[in-house]
Amino acid sequence: MTTAPGGWLHRVTDSDVWWSFKSSPLTVIAAVVTLLIVAVAFLSPVLAPHTPFDPATISLSDGLKPPVLVSPDGDWTFPLGTDDQGRDVLSSIMYGTRLSLVVGVASVVVAMILGIALGLVSGYFGGTTDAVIMRIADVQLTFPAILVALLIDGVVRGIISVQRHDEIAIFVIVGAIGLSFWVQYARTVRGSVLVEKNKEYVQAARVIGLSPVLIMVRHVLPNVTGPVLVIATINLGLAIITEATLSFLGVGLPSTQPSLGTLIRLGNEVLQSGDWWITVFPGATLAALVLAVNLLGDWLRDALNPKLR
Amino acid sequence: MIAFILRRMLQSIAVLLAVGLVAFSLFRYVGDPINAMVGQDTSMEDRALLREKLGLNDSPPVQFLRFIVNAARGNFGLSYRTSEPVGRLIAERIPATLELSFCAAAFALFIGIPMGVYTGLYPRHWSSRLFQAVSLIGISLPTFLIGILLILIFAVSLHWLPSFGRGETVQIGWWTTNFLTISGLKALILPSITLGLFQLTLLMRLVRSEMLEVMRTDYIKFARARGLTNRAINFGHALKNTLVPVITVTGLQLGSLIAFAIVTETVFAWPGIGQLFIQSVQFSDIPVMAAYLLLIGLLFVVINLVVDLLYFVVDPRLRSQGGAARVSGH
Repeated sequence: MTTAPGGWLHRVTDSDVWWSFKSSPLTVIAAVVTLLIVAVAFLSPVLAPHTPFDPATISLSDGLKPPVLVSPDGDWTFPLGTDDQGRDVLSSIMYGTRLSLVVGVASVVVAMILGIALGLVSGYFGGTTDAVIMRIADVQLTFPAILVALLIDGVVRGIISVQRHDEIAIFVIVGAIGLSFWVQYARTVRGSVLVEKNKEYVQAARVIGLSPVLIMVRHVLPNVTGPVLVIATINLGLAIITEATLSFLGVGLPSTQPSLGTLIRLGNEVLQSGDWWITVFPGATLAALVLAVNLLGDWLRDALNPKLR
Repeated sequence: MIAFILRRMLQSIAVLLAVGLVAFSLFRYVGDPINAMVGQDTSMEDRALLREKLGLNDSPPVQFLRFIVNAARGNFGLSYRTSEPVGRLIAERIPATLELSFCAAAFALFIGIPMGVYTGLYPRHWSSRLFQAVSLIGISLPTFLIGILLILIFAVSLHWLPSFGRGETVQIGWWTTNFLTISGLKALILPSITLGLFQLTLLMRLVRSEMLEVMRTDYIKFARARGLTNRAINFGHALKNTLVPVITVTGLQLGSLIAFAIVTETVFAWPGIGQLFIQSVQFSDIPVMAAYLLLIGLLFVVINLVVDLLYFVVDPRLRSQGGAARVSGH
């Protein structure tokens, strides 16, 4: 581009969005917390003191060690204690957070692509296509997303065998959450398309003889990215919660491949005996992550839409 | 108005039929019903005979019709997992879920609305700010984490309340109730708080923002000028005008309460239909899943319909001409 080196940085620091980011301390804290969690999660193969799901490195004799800071029985090699199998809680959390993030982001991307595609088609072509897509959306919106995701997961379990299911669990869960969150994107995109498609620039593109697909992707889509981005940020927190809930219910990721939700479920099974740290630390990580992401989403919504303030 | 109600009813029936179609497709085409019913050594001829007897060779529309008629009679077939009639399984467990949802809704309404009114009337008071901050956390925390936290504090550490099951129940006809024994009532406390907390924060934030809006209007100033008491203004004039959105959200949230009861019931080992549904998902017990789906669909549709009709009771402006158009825009 024509901008000087560092020009884009200047453009960023000069923009309204950056100013509103800087002037909200809570948002800055949320951003720092999010970045920290993401960085630690993705560096877990390097940073984690143990490899918790490699059976060669764990030993049952290390089982149920309490965290060092609260009990003299603690062991500094396991700063947050160990679970009943002798796995290091801190390392499990780091790997688990990575999985939770991957599933959360992937399912938001699936929902976004599906929603944008259906919304574009629905708004651009109108008529029966529009009616069918929007009625499906209405019916699906009647049910909470978690229920839809549960149903999809249950159906997949009915079709494939149990072992296969554990292998592809991560894809099933991404698909299930993605399919249960597309409606909001489709509705937003459809609304914008209905406005945009009658404007002169779209008519001009049509007169030139561009194909509908090209018009939608190159001309209409750039005009709807703002609201779609906001929905995606807000949905990220929801998607992470949904994955954690499904895994907690035992229909998400298996215990050989544990996300934060799976860790909380495993901890919950031994909660009655008072070994709180196995549940509480993954729970606190999940809460911090979701809270930080939600705060960022709220801020982005207000920053990109000054009318809402 | 009549036209509006009729149109809403037709829409409800269409939604129900769509849900029924999904449930039927699950029931009929996911997995083979025959395989689930017979053993490995049943011969092909016997299978074909059974298939004919059950009407699985009829055309899909005929089968769908039969499915709907059977469902309307409460006949959902046999569970793949326990071989019991699905209708009975659900009837046994539905009182537990309904009592839990009822208590959670009552908790959310009777605490959430007053808190919303208070924070709306005194938005700058420190306690209002505290409520706001806490409610943000309440919305961000997943239901199951709140449940685990409550169990950890009140059951594991303090030993005040039980952490699982319904306690002692009393049988009245086919309905089992928690409300008549001390242990049953104690068992209700933690699950109801867990289930209702999200709705409570939602209602509080909604009532607060509506109150802030209403308190700025001219008729409130006029009511003050007439010398009415604060009490009459706050509750008689202001709160009354926030009711339409509150009813909408409460109604829609009633449905979510029953759906999220799935999570709460799992955390507290509460023997309701949510737990039944989770077990059926884990075992891919399709008849139970289909029946649950139909039941929840019916519940949601009825709730939405009742909410729409309640608008007319609450808001006299809508009873006049053109009101229907406004409501359907919601």
